[in-house]
Amino acid sequence: MSPQLAGVLQLTALIAALALSYRPLGDYMARVYSSEKHYRPEKWIYRVIGANPAAEMRWPAYLRGVLAFSAVSVLLLYLMQRVQGSLPGSLGFSSIDPDQAFNTAASFVANTNWQSYYGEQAMGHVVQTGGLAVQNFLSAAVGMAVAVALVRGFARSRTGELGNFWADLVRGTVRVLLPIAFLGAIVLVACGAIQNFSGIHSVGQFTGGTQEWNGGAVASQEAIKELGTNGGGYFNANSAHPFENPNPLSNLFEIFLILLIPFALTRTFGRMVGSLKQGYAILGAMAVIWLGFSALMMWTEFAHRGPAFEIAGGAMEGKETRFGIAGSSLFAVATTLTSTGAVNSFHSSYTGFGGGITLLGMQLGEIAPGGVGSGLYGMLIMAVIAVFIAGLMVGRTPEYLGKKIGTRQIQLAACYILVTPALVLGFTAVAMALPTPADSMTNSGAHGFSEILYAYTSAANNNGSAFAGLNADTQWFNTTLGIAMLLGRFLPMVFVLALAGSLAEQRPVPETAGTLRTDKPLYAGLLVGTILIITGLTYFPALALGPLAEGLAS
Amino acid sequence: MTHTSVSSTARVLGAGLRALLVLTLVCGVLYPLAVTGIAQTLFRDRANGSEITDSGGRVVGSSLIGQRYDLPLKKGEETPAPDLRWFQPRPSNGLGTNSVNTQYELILSGATNRSGDNEELIGWVKAAKAAVVKDNSTATHTVLPADVPPDAVTSSGSGLDPHISPAYAELQVHRVAERNGLDVRKVEHLVETHTTDRLLGFLGEPRVNVLELNTALRDLGRA
Repeated sequence: MSPQLAGVLQLTALIAALALSYRPLGDYMARVYSSEKHYRPEKWIYRVIGANPAAEMRWPAYLRGVLAFSAVSVLLLYLMQRVQGSLPGSLGFSSIDPDQAFNTAASFVANTNWQSYYGEQAMGHVVQTGGLAVQNFLSAAVGMAVAVALVRGFARSRTGELGNFWADLVRGTVRVLLPIAFLGAIVLVACGAIQNFSGIHSVGQFTGGTQEWNGGAVASQEAIKELGTNGGGYFNANSAHPFENPNPLSNLFEIFLILLIPFALTRTFGRMVGSLKQGYAILGAMAVIWLGFSALMMWTEFAHRGPAFEIAGGAMEGKETRFGIAGSSLFAVATTLTSTGAVNSFHSSYTGFGGGITLLGMQLGEIAPGGVGSGLYGMLIMAVIAVFIAGLMVGRTPEYLGKKIGTRQIQLAACYILVTPALVLGFTAVAMALPTPADSMTNSGAHGFSEILYAYTSAANNNGSAFAGLNADTQWFNTTLGIAMLLGRFLPMVFVLALAGSLAEQRPVPETAGTLRTDKPLYAGLLVGTILIITGLTYFPALALGPLAEGLAS
Repeated sequence: MTHTSVSSTARVLGAGLRALLVLTLVCGVLYPLAVTGIAQTLFRDRANGSEITDSGGRVVGSSLIGQRYDLPLKKGEETPAPDLRWFQPRPSNGLGTNSVNTQYELILSGATNRSGDNEELIGWVKAAKAAVVKDNSTATHTVLPADVPPDAVTSSGSGLDPHISPAYAELQVHRVAERNGLDVRKVEHLVETHTTDRLLGFLGEPRVNVLELNTALRDLGRA
């Protein structure tokens, strides 16, 4: 069998697995977020928090919950790293410097998991397992909560109430993420991912001498790292490390975990707004982009254009033998079209166009299918924009899901889509204009520019993957990337929740013959077109200077 | 007004802190301990790194982690020369140059991160190709540059790749047989029995685990 055909079959298996889980998981999540019942352990948790889970919140209160919870999360994670040197179970690693600790804390709370540290050389068991991995759960649960609040905004009328943040946070964690991560972790251990609490210890080698092994709760972190679209590796090599991703089965399973919740949430959405077809239209737009990107990536990586790859006879630099071109390409697309940023192969050593595809995937706003929660709300914002554009074409006040898309709604949606491009292009321009940031580049020319563009794209879109030649552990990058991650995560959430509030207050508009049908393939096509045009107009000049220049030169 | 907003901010921050602490207990303590308990009960070997032992019962490494098979470092050498009696892994000559990898010493993993048009990478690939051709050509067997597969001249993502392609293993057979005084067909057979096909016919790529192959080779020489 040719590697290309094997790749197509792997993609097919992935589609089948996602299709099988779509309905049960999507419906389950709809029940989780709609149910009035509280389980006993949840009641204990609410008592500790001091929150009444049945109390409805309007959007400012919901937002205050999100921001307060995230702020204390950043602070605690920062402090844990700052005192690591004095904590037990830290493998002898010292405390993390202030700028890097800020960067890492911002990164994990913002669901980004950009890492300017080397996992196995910097973070002990307590920080990894009790700090970083915890945020892998909680930042994902926050993303889902905000998405569900927006869905409620569409589903509810004449109330302004969006649900209870604490209840959504706890349920997302306890009822959705924990059980799936638990099963996922066991599967990964069965494949060979490690799960122990050993210290750094010596193991004999073939020709004599020893290797130094890190122990760690790797499988349990790996499972939630993919499931929560986080991406922060236990080891520096991330999911390329054999202890994180031991074989082709674990590889496909990890890609499955990355895509599982973001796709299934479109079913949850359809269920909660009372029309499964509306969910299918969103799903269709996501799936078309994901499949298109996967096909393009496999094509360019198998074609291996680029001087070094042509001499080598294949683009295997930075890729593992057990995954090959296909298993690496599928992972790279899944991780950059979601907010994951885990890597099983190093994007900096992809072909020029391949690197461009990873960049473009993030620049679409990570909505196909996007991060856990953030993918759905990002896509719904684009859906609002698409409805607006269609409304302009026919000269009618646009509506979506029975809600008028008026001035305020479009203002909020427009603010949302401006945040990340402003951060990406603004910071990249400043970094290129200053004399020192460019010293961090490993490669020169177009690829060097791509390293910096990639870093800010990854940070502002909360992805976390890198063209890792860039030495990002400098005060400049730690600080500016940290700021980009926080603003790129929480500013859009402000606009999403404000939009949700304004929608929930409206009374429903009756559907008429003139209403644009948003549950049809035609609309899904319009949505895809809107996304590509907006992203293209925004980023084309920057992409032309980086990956396009590199790809066309080879 | 100000007073109320300050106290309400303090209240919600307090709720956030309590939520964080209790969820840390659940996700950061109970969850990893539960997974570790099951892992250590059901999959003890794998949870601890899949160590492999040779026929003498000595631990020689992990089946998941690549190693180097080098001669002892000679005076004046910066990096040791490969011990050509053993099958060689994917190259690591470019790793370590950006402080990110330590050439199969497990303590730090990572890739070269060089782009396809990077002059250093082009240099490493050319040098690796020349070395593979030279090292593997014997008196009776000539290796052509076109025979060299891509994995033989590029380094992996982790820098710890335990595998090479079957093509690269076969390419090394003549040299290994000659250096060990073994019959070529015997070594060929050894490579065949240590080749892992795609799982279910389509998952991953065919590959050869270098450590397992070399361990079996050493046992063959001793027998």
